[in-house]
Amino acid sequence: MAYPASFWMMAVGSFLMTGLDFVAIWVLLRNVDDLGGFGLAEIGFLYGATGLGIAFADLFVGRVDRLGQMIRMGRLDTMMTKPVPLLVQVCADEFALRRFARVLQASIVFVWAATYVDWSLPRALVAAEMVVSGSLIFFSLFVALACVQFWTADSSEVANAFTYGGNQVTQLPMSVFPSEIVKALTFVLPIAFVNWYPALYILGRDDPFGLPKALQFASPVAAALFLGVAALAWRTGVRHYRSTGS
Amino acid sequence: MPLHVAVATRAFKRYSTYVGATLAGIFTNCVFGVIICFVYIEVWGSNPDAGGYDVTDAVTYVWLGQAMIMTVAVWGGGSPDDLAERIRSGDVAIDFYRPVGILGWYLAADLGRAAYHLLTRGLAPTVIGGLLFDLRYPPDVGTWLLFLAAIPLAVTVSFALRMLAALTAFWLLDDVGPRMLLGFAALFFSGLTVPLVILPGALRDLAFALPWATFLQVPADIWLGKRTGPEIVEGFAFIVGWAVVLLTLCAYVLRRAERRVVVQGG
Repeated sequence: MAYPASFWMMAVGSFLMTGLDFVAIWVLLRNVDDLGGFGLAEIGFLYGATGLGIAFADLFVGRVDRLGQMIRMGRLDTMMTKPVPLLVQVCADEFALRRFARVLQASIVFVWAATYVDWSLPRALVAAEMVVSGSLIFFSLFVALACVQFWTADSSEVANAFTYGGNQVTQLPMSVFPSEIVKALTFVLPIAFVNWYPALYILGRDDPFGLPKALQFASPVAAALFLGVAALAWRTGVRHYRSTGS
Repeated sequence: MPLHVAVATRAFKRYSTYVGATLAGIFTNCVFGVIICFVYIEVWGSNPDAGGYDVTDAVTYVWLGQAMIMTVAVWGGGSPDDLAERIRSGDVAIDFYRPVGILGWYLAADLGRAAYHLLTRGLAPTVIGGLLFDLRYPPDVGTWLLFLAAIPLAVTVSFALRMLAALTAFWLLDDVGPRMLLGFAALFFSGLTVPLVILPGALRDLAFALPWATFLQVPADIWLGKRTGPEIVEGFAFIVGWAVVLLTLCAYVLRRAERRVVVQGG
C-alpha cells in the first residue's frame, strides 16, 4: 500500500458511493409506503443480493475492461507465454483491496434485510444459490462485454450500461417496471435471475406477473447460460487475436 | 478575453474528438434515464404530489439530471484534473510564470468542455427521453434563456469545487481521495441521487443551502416553472454567490500554493 491515507479515503469513498443507491431507496420510501408492493426490508434484501453479486464479480474480474489497453501494450502476448490460463491472468492483473468496500457495503444491507426474513432450510439454500448465481451472472457479463475489445478499441462505457445498469435495475422489485421489460429481463437478457426470482421464493411472495414458480429455482440455469456465452466470447476473441498475427 | 475564448474553443475541440466515448455515454445516460423514470412513475403514482412535483415534473427532472451529469461534471473530471496532473509532475511551476492567470485559463477550458458535453450528452438523452416519455418543457422563450444562462454559472461553481480538490495535490501527493469524497457529496447534494425536493425536513433545507444545489436542482426548478419571478432572481443570486465565494477561495489557496512552490525552490 503506497499511500495508506489515500487507500482509506478511496475505500470509504467507495463504500459511501455504493451506499448512495440505498439512501435513494430509503428517501423514496419516506414518500410512499412501498415500491411495487415491496417494503424497505424486502427491497433491502433484493438490493443486498444484487449488490453482493456485482461486488463479488467485480472483485474477481479485476480490470478485464482494460483488455483493449493490455492488447495495445502487448501485454497479452506476454501473458500467453505463461502456463496460467489467460483469463485468470487478465482478471488477476489488478486485484484491488478496496473492492472489498463494495462487498462490505452490500453485505451490511443484505444481512440487515435477512433478519426480517422467515428462514427455513430450503430458503437458506436458495439464498446461497442466489448469491453464487448472481456473482456468476455478473462475472460473465463483465467478461463477455470486455471481449468486444478483441475487435474494437473502445467500448467500456457501453459495457457499464449493461453491468451497472443491470445492477441498478435489479436493486428494485421488478413489479416497478412494465411487464414487457420484466419479460425481456427474464427471457432475453436474464438478469432478473440475479435476485428477483429466488427472492420471490425466499420472501414468500407470489410472482406479480403470474410467471411460473419454477423460475424461482432457475437461477443456476441462467448462470450456466451466461457462463457459456462468456466462455464462447472469450475463446472466439482469443482465437481472433491469435489469428491476426502478432 | 480573446485568449480565454481561444482556450475554451480548443477544449471544446479536444473533447469533440472522443466520438466513441460520447456515443457510448449517451447510450448509458439513456439506459439509466429509462430505469429511473419507471421508478419515479411508480413513486409519483402512489404519491402524486411528492415534494411539490407531479409525475411529469419528476420524469422531466430525470432527463435534466442525466443531461447535467457530464455538463457540470458531477463525477469530477474536466480541466482541474489536468492541473492536478501538472502539480504531481511539477510542470505547474511553469504555469505560475505564464502572464495569464491560472484560474481564468482553467475555467475557460472547463467551460469549453461543458459546452461540448451540454450539446452532446446533455441534448441527445433529453431528446430521446422526450420521445419515450411525456416531458414538461419551459413555457416561453424567456424561461429557456434563463435556464441556459444558469448552466455556465453552475459549471463555474462546479469548477471551483473541483479546483479546490485538485489544489490539495500541492499538499497531499495524491488528490484521488479528496476528489472521490467531493464526487460523493456532489452525487447526493446535487439532487442526482434523489430530487432534493423529496428529502426529509432538515436534510432538505441543508441541501438547498449547499453549493451542489446549483448543479441540477436550481436550474431544473427554473425549467419546470417551480421558480417564478423573484424566486428566479433569488436562484441566480444563490448560484452567483457560491461561484464568487468558491472562486475567491480558489484564488487564495492558489496563492498559498504558489508561495509554497517558490519557497521549495521551484
